[in-house]
Amino acid sequence: MFGRPRGFDGGLFDEYRRLEREMDQLFGASPWPGNIRAAALGTWPPINIGHTPEQVDVYLFAAGLDSGALDISIQQNLLTVAGERRLITEEGADYYRKERYDGAFRRVVTLPEDVDPDRVEASYRDGVLHVAIQRRAAARPRQIEIK
Amino acid sequence: MSEAKDVTSQTARTAPEARDAGQAIRPAVDIFEDRTGITVQADMPGVSRERLNVHIDSDTLSIEGDVDIPVPEGMEAVYADIHATRYRRSFSLSGELDAEKIDATLRDGVLILRIPRREEHKPRKIEVRTG
Repeated sequence: MFGRPRGFDGGLFDEYRRLEREMDQLFGASPWPGNIRAAALGTWPPINIGHTPEQVDVYLFAAGLDSGALDISIQQNLLTVAGERRLITEEGADYYRKERYDGAFRRVVTLPEDVDPDRVEASYRDGVLHVAIQRRAAARPRQIEIK
Repeated sequence: MSEAKDVTSQTARTAPEARDAGQAIRPAVDIFEDRTGITVQADMPGVSRERLNVHIDSDTLSIEGDVDIPVPEGMEAVYADIHATRYRRSFSLSGELDAEKIDATLRDGVLILRIPRREEHKPRKIEVRTG
């Protein structure tokens, strides 16, 4: 379902982003200008974005969050999700692995220009935060009838 | 991609990342041990209880889960950090752990496994007598 993302403009956006991130890792900096708000590889939580003509859906894969401590805001077409995941370290236990993210996070997503910042819904289920932003009706494709 | 590593091995690993849909995501885990046994905490966001599978085959503990998130009909993907729809990771257990008594809980996408030590393997203090 998220196999080959195409970006908001329909191009192979994700392939480009992936290549960019790989170059970033290899050479330290990309030769191409990237999105100024693009996050570094491996930034927590991972995000998936999808859209339909009616809405834009943003999914944050952030398990074990206290949804009350989440701060979701939208300014024009800029969605910001900030929060904190504090893991409790077991006292007196020996840790073999500590791979899970612990601490504050903040992710910013640039949405298409036609989103309606007044119609945003967020839900948290099974560790996934789903933010659905409605788009303005004018931007939806319409069938024009020929008379 | 499957992995069978001893639960207690301390090799550093990188963050989970899966690129294409055919590949399973390796969930990030915290593993610690105390007097009574080993605890594994795994991040598996998007997995519900019905789609989680924890099983033991001889001495291999495997955790698997399918991502199931509400997606509107006809949605087109724009961007994805997570491409795969399945998590998978396995560990080999050593003999002193009691695989029969594993306790699993799943809450908000975090799986917690408690693997107790066999009773006869619980640490006890050895008294040193003076002769």
